[in-house]
Amino acid sequence: MTSATTNIAAPEPARRIRWAEMGPFIALALVIVIGTMINSNFLTSTNIANVVTRSAFVAIIAVGATFVISSGCLDLSVGSMMAFVTGIMILAMNRLEPSMGANAILVGAGVGLVVGALCGLLNGLIVTVGKIEPFIATLGTMGIFRALITWMSDGGSIPIDRALREPYRPVYFGNVLGIPLPVVITLVVVLMGAFILYRTKFGRRCAAAGSNAEVARFSGVSVAGVRTTAYVIQGLCVAIAAICYIPRLGAATPTTGQLWELQVITAVVIGGTALRGGKGRIWGSVAGALILEVIANLMVLSNMVSEYLVAAVQGVIIILAMLAHRFIK
Amino acid sequence: MTPITKRALGLVSAASLIALTAGAAVAQDKRTIAVSIPAATHGWTGGVVYHAEQAEKEVEAAFPNIDVIVKTSPSATAQVSALEDLSAGQELDALVILPFTSEELTGPVEQVKANGTFIAVVDRGLTDPSIQDMYVAGDNIAVGANTAKWMADKLGGEGKIVVLRGIPTVIDDERIKGFTDVMEGTNIEILDIQYANWNQDEAFKLMQDYLAKYPHIDAVWANDDDMLLGVLEAVKQSGRTDIKYALGGNGMKDVVKMVMDESPMTPVSTPYPPSMIKSAIYMVAGQFNGQAPMRGNFKLDAPLITPENADQFWYPDSPF
Repeated sequence: MTSATTNIAAPEPARRIRWAEMGPFIALALVIVIGTMINSNFLTSTNIANVVTRSAFVAIIAVGATFVISSGCLDLSVGSMMAFVTGIMILAMNRLEPSMGANAILVGAGVGLVVGALCGLLNGLIVTVGKIEPFIATLGTMGIFRALITWMSDGGSIPIDRALREPYRPVYFGNVLGIPLPVVITLVVVLMGAFILYRTKFGRRCAAAGSNAEVARFSGVSVAGVRTTAYVIQGLCVAIAAICYIPRLGAATPTTGQLWELQVITAVVIGGTALRGGKGRIWGSVAGALILEVIANLMVLSNMVSEYLVAAVQGVIIILAMLAHRFIK
Repeated sequence: MTPITKRALGLVSAASLIALTAGAAVAQDKRTIAVSIPAATHGWTGGVVYHAEQAEKEVEAAFPNIDVIVKTSPSATAQVSALEDLSAGQELDALVILPFTSEELTGPVEQVKANGTFIAVVDRGLTDPSIQDMYVAGDNIAVGANTAKWMADKLGGEGKIVVLRGIPTVIDDERIKGFTDVMEGTNIEILDIQYANWNQDEAFKLMQDYLAKYPHIDAVWANDDDMLLGVLEAVKQSGRTDIKYALGGNGMKDVVKMVMDESPMTPVSTPYPPSMIKSAIYMVAGQFNGQAPMRGNFKLDAPLITPENADQFWYPDSPF
């Protein structure tokens, strides 16, 4: 995953590059058109709102993953980390509730952000200072975070205090001018992510570290510093996702966020980010997250697929989407 | 020696003899019961671990000559290794096992039995039932059937319902079969049955999709209480009023509490208690100590949990 002697993309005609970048959005549009044909309930505002809102978690985490992957690393621990951060936040909020009331939610969210950043920092340091392959390093922390949430909950669940449920509920179920709040939060995260990745020095260094670490190093880029920062951004994104997630079901369990890491990586790659690094597409990652959720939604809404074959059909659609992407290029 | 002292001496010696033999019997009767169960990876197995640990404390306190060893394993292969480690280190008088899978564990358990160990199997039976001396399980068919009977009765034998099923396993198949068999005898239409993997999040999403797909749903059955919590949240969010009942199963404490509080949407549940591991450990202790014979198959019933009897199924300290 580290360095790859990649060809610095030769300047292509402007129109073709645009097509390649449009790939994930065309795929998304296609899936939506198919959805509308399959079931008329698909385009109802409630259904669309549901699907977009639920994809918020994977989309927010995918923004962080876009940084990590484009810098030439990988993070398999995000699902477990999300469960762990959720657990810590709920415990903190419950502890603070008697003295602070509803303000405990704000402080708890702050605690979550700090814990998320620290988890990301841990991953980053193991990879950069410890010089361990990101796949193995984060496979290790994935197990650690998952075990910690299981231990914290005794294998059961950690529910949020009843007094906090109502004040916290709007963060998932509420809306601003008709747009669900998690979607607004996702948009803010995506805009910030896009700004950092495309408009700052750090963003360009991220891509440089991912496309060729040696060359980046010779050009004076601290590859270790860039990658560690990317992991911290990933940790913050996980914490933001956790903040939106808690009010949905009001509890953390050992199965919270299970296998999300794979969904996140799939979303990022469908979105056009190269898995070997060097190229990040924030908006593409969001489209990828939406595509995954829409497909899952359609599997339920359609009556064509046997309940036993749902996962197979999803797999085929993802591979087809990637192939289409390849041919458009 | 007067006859009295003679008699007294005789009594004393007899008493000491009895005490001696009894003492020897106790020493001989030092028993080891090994308990092998899945690690706490979700609510139900969390409950299994909790109740096994409780049983260990209680049985050891009640019978000082019995030693209970609880080992948890995160996978079927790990459980096979755990069995090897347990039987290599010491002589096991009994093994209480909740196997991950029937097929993979049958051979290893048979090897443990070859050393003369009493085998008690819980929940999932072995492929070759002749290996197990004792079998304790809940009734998954009844979990489905009893819920279906109650629901059919309350809906007056007609209506439209949706079902959420768990992870593709025998347990899930049996519950669904118990449920659908009863429903076939009514005019109730099952609109949809899909997997939500006994996971709250997935159940929440699936229920949202059901609500989008079907304009009218009379009742929902999630075949596990963990999933039911996700379902209830989705129904609450939708603001729909057509759903009269949302039922689960398993007797999770949060849901038993709802039943106790006479929740209008979830007034009943059915138990498939993780504490069945405790029943098995107690029975094995009885087999060894009280000479209460415990060989055979024991099927725990799945009666409806109602507001009247809910306190019998309420374990506030258990994680499940």
